[in-house]
Amino acid sequence: MAAVRTSSEVALNRAAIVAVLVATLIFLAPIYWIASTAFKPKELAVSVPPTVLFQPEVTPFIRLFTKRVQMQKPVDPQVYEAAPWWEKRIYDGGERVLKVGKDVQLSQYPNRFMNSLIVAVISTVLAVGMGTFTAYGFSRFKVAGEADLLFFILSTRMLPPVVVAIPMFLMYRMVGLNDSHIGLIILYVAFNLSFSVWLMKGFMDEIPKEYEEAALVDGYTRMQAFFKIVLPEAATGIAATAVFCFITAWNEYAFALIMTNRRAQTAPPFIPSQIGSGLPDWTTIAAGTFLFLLPVAIFTFLLRNHLLRGVTFGAIRK
Amino acid sequence: MTQIELRGIEKFFGAVQVIHNLNLAIADNEFIVLLGQSGCGKTTTLRAIAGLETIDQGDILIDGKAVQHLKAADRDIAMVFQSFSLYPHMTVFENIAFPLRATRMDSGEVDKSVREVARVLRITELLGKKPSALSGGDMQRVAIGRALVRRPKAMLMDEPIGALDAKLREEMRAEIKRLHIKQGSTTIYVTHDQIEAMSLADRIVIMHEGFIQQVGTPDEVYSHPANLFVAQFVGSPVMNITEASVAEAASLATVTVGDAPAGFEFPSALLSKLNGHAANGGLTLGIRPEGVLVRREAAPGYLPVEAHIIEPLGSFDIVDLKVGSKMLRARTKAGYVAGPGEKVHVRIDPEQAHFFDTASGKSLGVRL
Repeated sequence: MAAVRTSSEVALNRAAIVAVLVATLIFLAPIYWIASTAFKPKELAVSVPPTVLFQPEVTPFIRLFTKRVQMQKPVDPQVYEAAPWWEKRIYDGGERVLKVGKDVQLSQYPNRFMNSLIVAVISTVLAVGMGTFTAYGFSRFKVAGEADLLFFILSTRMLPPVVVAIPMFLMYRMVGLNDSHIGLIILYVAFNLSFSVWLMKGFMDEIPKEYEEAALVDGYTRMQAFFKIVLPEAATGIAATAVFCFITAWNEYAFALIMTNRRAQTAPPFIPSQIGSGLPDWTTIAAGTFLFLLPVAIFTFLLRNHLLRGVTFGAIRK
Repeated sequence: MTQIELRGIEKFFGAVQVIHNLNLAIADNEFIVLLGQSGCGKTTTLRAIAGLETIDQGDILIDGKAVQHLKAADRDIAMVFQSFSLYPHMTVFENIAFPLRATRMDSGEVDKSVREVARVLRITELLGKKPSALSGGDMQRVAIGRALVRRPKAMLMDEPIGALDAKLREEMRAEIKRLHIKQGSTTIYVTHDQIEAMSLADRIVIMHEGFIQQVGTPDEVYSHPANLFVAQFVGSPVMNITEASVAEAASLATVTVGDAPAGFEFPSALLSKLNGHAANGGLTLGIRPEGVLVRREAAPGYLPVEAHIIEPLGSFDIVDLKVGSKMLRARTKAGYVAGPGEKVHVRIDPEQAHFFDTASGKSLGVRL
């Protein structure tokens, strides 16, 4: 590598930076759109041309979390004065918050959000855990028909999962798994497992087996060697696999829509279902979507170092 | 006090037999080197002793107790790997302490033992570092420390310095020797490097294609190679091996190399010692380059030959000499033979000559 860059190299480098910036803008545009809509006053959400500069407000989030009804006549000024600031925002929109006695009635959003968290977290832990063990087995032991078995595991991804939605729905209803957390968890683990096994197999193969052998002669059982040596070494792979599994489970829409409707409904089918009730309130939907983006963004952000190392794993020969 | 004995070990990988009826008794405190090319079965043998590989036949005895059915963890043996195999997520201290943690030793004891080993290996200042921050030599010191810390019954080393560069290899070789003298433990060391083997071993076990070729002290395998394989494998530069015929002439025996016009003079006792083997042919002469004597001027018993290629190796030269259609490599003082094409005179030192049966490759055990 020459220490002094030629002018063409500099130009190329600048062009690359510009290209990356443009790509970043394109990818971030929808996120910006959702985020800005979530903080817009209701009437600006659908303005043409789109409003870029506006006074941000949190009213969409208040609407998102409360049950409201349209008011027939203006609110009593005394009641308005006595109301807390967030309730005033609702009155301002010509609505009132539903209450039972003094207690504000929450919308279904928090509940759906929790459902999403429960289903995504548990199914991710299970898929990654089972995938890690399975991959370890394939990687370290002679398994009869290993190639066929691995192909068979992968073959579960060879058609769009939604193709089997109707039979799955009928079977789930028969065994009482529809609209249950456990039902969705089983489904998501089933999708993610093949992916998890294959990804983890690659990571396991990269971990030299001398590490475990060293642990074996150092006086440990294979199980202890697995937990003390292999798992820490596989952390990067586990993190990368977990992010992908979590994103898949978190964003899954079709099965959640078909299999659940109340108790176990997750956020993805719930958010658009809000469009149907009355005039579409885009700011509230955007607020719901914006909050829905956060867990994945945070999870990915926390694991970003692992993830970067994870996706480039094995690309560089040490 | 640890003796290790291997009795009739056989090992197959699928249909391929990689170890054939291997028998070996290793004394307490002995430094044994398994020497051979890759694929000769030396590492498999080592791994079988460690318990990382099963055997199909035979017994592995440690202090008289058969251990072939025991798990690696239960054999109380330590192993150093070529790849060092330091656990990357642990510090040097934790790496060395790792085998002790398996024994539920209390942490004060662990700390003391680790520091003691670190002191012996001169790596105390590295204890807080992660393996990725270490040089190759230090990594291997840590790996050896991890093996020593538990005071195992025996130490197994699989090409422990093979991954280091030449200078460091020499340094670590001396270090391992120093440690063995100081700590004293039964050690089995695998290498393909005959210099390592010669410099470290009490006894060398030379293996080839799953068979033991010879077991002996470094001097024995160098001076009395049991067969052509050992003769060529041990020693650098490599021993000259050539077809030869022996004839009686006056009160002498002459040994002719290949189709050379004249033979080298040997004492007549050679004939009786060969005991008729010369007559039916199939005789192979082995002579190390230092046994090929070169002079510039003619002398009795010296044959005139032409120098072919000269390899200067610093303290000495290796000179290829054309004898008939064969080449004999001789070791001379640096610069003794000026250049290719020079006419010199050559003799074979009878005391350094080895004779082998061509067909079986076995040494005839004839020494003058």
